[in-house]
Amino acid sequence: MSETPRRNIDIARLRAHHLTMCRIRALEEAALRGLGDKVVLGAIHPSIGQEAVAAGVVGALRRDDILLSTHRGHGHTLAKGASSEAMLRELFGRVGGNCGGKGGSMHIADFEVGMLGANGVVGANIVIAAGAAHAIKLKGEDKVVCCIFGDGAINRGPFLEGLNWAAVFGLPVLFVCEDNGFAATTRTASMTAGGGPAVRARAIGLPAEEVDGNDVLAVEDTAQAMIAAIRAGGGPRFLHAKTYRLTGHTGVDTAPYRPADEVAARKREEPILRAADLLRGAGVAEAEIEADRIAAEAEMSAAYDAAIAAPFPGPEAAFLDVQDVGSPALGAF
Amino acid sequence: MARISYMEAARQALAEEMRRDPLVWAVGEDLGRGGVFGQYRGLVEEFGSARISDAPISEAAILGASVGAAMMGTRPVVEMRFSDFALCAVDELVNQAAKARFMFGGQTRVPMVVREPIGMWRSSAAQHSQSLESWYAHIPGLVVACPATPADNKGMLKSAIRCDDPVVYMEHKNLWPLEDEVPDGEHLVPFGVARTLREGRDVTIVSWSAQVHVCARAAETLAQHRIEAEVIDLRTLWPWDQETVLASVSRTGRLLIAHEAVQVGGFGAEIAAVTAEWLGAKVRRLGAPRAPIGYAPTVEDAVRVTEAATVAAVREMVGR
Repeated sequence: MSETPRRNIDIARLRAHHLTMCRIRALEEAALRGLGDKVVLGAIHPSIGQEAVAAGVVGALRRDDILLSTHRGHGHTLAKGASSEAMLRELFGRVGGNCGGKGGSMHIADFEVGMLGANGVVGANIVIAAGAAHAIKLKGEDKVVCCIFGDGAINRGPFLEGLNWAAVFGLPVLFVCEDNGFAATTRTASMTAGGGPAVRARAIGLPAEEVDGNDVLAVEDTAQAMIAAIRAGGGPRFLHAKTYRLTGHTGVDTAPYRPADEVAARKREEPILRAADLLRGAGVAEAEIEADRIAAEAEMSAAYDAAIAAPFPGPEAAFLDVQDVGSPALGAF
Repeated sequence: MARISYMEAARQALAEEMRRDPLVWAVGEDLGRGGVFGQYRGLVEEFGSARISDAPISEAAILGASVGAAMMGTRPVVEMRFSDFALCAVDELVNQAAKARFMFGGQTRVPMVVREPIGMWRSSAAQHSQSLESWYAHIPGLVVACPATPADNKGMLKSAIRCDDPVVYMEHKNLWPLEDEVPDGEHLVPFGVARTLREGRDVTIVSWSAQVHVCARAAETLAQHRIEAEVIDLRTLWPWDQETVLASVSRTGRLLIAHEAVQVGGFGAEIAAVTAEWLGAKVRRLGAPRAPIGYAPTVEDAVRVTEAATVAAVREMVGR
């Protein structure tokens, strides 16, 4: 695919994004391998093909900024700085997972890096993100909250309630609609009236922009400008990033509901290939580009081996961290 | 000690906690004008509109935003106006607030108080009258508090605000004007400790919220029939004070649980089951019929658990 001519590409920045995207891809592939090997026990929702949104948006955040993600959130979490080994341990339900093996793929969180959680309920993170930003404003901090959700989420009530809340209170939050075209296994457009995510956001008064979500530099540039405006006190912003989900809804969904030629065409536009093309065009040697992929796969392979060697948590973990008052007794049965 | 209302007691509790801890704030519809029942009156003048915050009529956002704000280290007091309206935010309370600590492996706490006024109140009909406390007692992660007196509405709200767990705090709308002695200043009522308001050897009556007062009156009447009833105000449904209830029933041999909520699947069933399992005692429940609450006073009263019904149930159990 031909790229929009771009002057003065920052090669180091693009290279860093390329590596991040390769790491996300390799993590997702390791997770799918885990599914095949029956060490990933529950459902996983791969983001293969959508890596530029994670790399570009999260790359524009500060380390102490806050991120909320979705059931399809492995890429966001890794990009925010979570350890790949801890993530695979969590997917495998093992000790040393981000949540001690108690959350799994859909509840990965890493508060150390400001990642306040994936969420198993579509759209639920939108109001929580508004509240996280509310707390930042109450405390007078200069952090920004980034809330990533899918295109299916814009048909849920919390989308309206959360965006309105953030606008009314002038909160520091960037809403990102990562639009992969599908709400589970249904084409979102077939179930969505009106002009789409950005139109809805503008109707609530949020400045909104659309971006090619497979162009990592465009995603980062747009997100960066919006985050700067938010941090300067400009209130919430809305980014609609259009991408394509190359896999099915879950790791076991073969997605027979879409034509093969559509998928083949979209594979040619996937973000890692496009970043690699840009790097080549800027004179980066093929071996260096390939080195990112090799390094990412080596990291995930080692993480995989470490994760499958880790033990499951003991059954007592079932009774820990329920609540302080009225906590269940250990070994209640 | 001062004689103040159930509503004023809660207002004082919130004001004291907000003075003590700058991270405590309240959010809900109409709070800037004192709240729907006046329970926030005067607070915006002292604390400002950022900490006594108005909100759009967006229950999911009120509750969900408070979950996010709590995970970020503040301590929101969430006003849901009516427990009936809080049903618009069940995901935020049940799937998010109650589970965040556990499913994130202890990385966070969700210290928030969710005020959900319950109960029948002046022809409020089917969507403004329900008592849904047993729903939340069923959910791991939540604390459920149902204060019955002005003193408890002060001491329990202060404890709720200091609690690191999400607390579903259910005040009874019909109790707002009830006056009684309330301790000044630092008055904290711990959760899971019941209050025995009357001792007796013949039967144990367990209740909570406004129904406690109906039970207390029934106990007076029962005394005229030479039946000495022990009346226990449970105060919190989760945790609930099994020790006090079981100790009482082991003396009296009989237990009646009375509550305003629908009897089927009500929390009375849990107390009855635990007591039967541990003591094999004679147990009986009195709750509302499984019918929505009507508007006309005659229809509303038809589902009310009355003093007369309580007296009759106990006399039948005791056999005199």
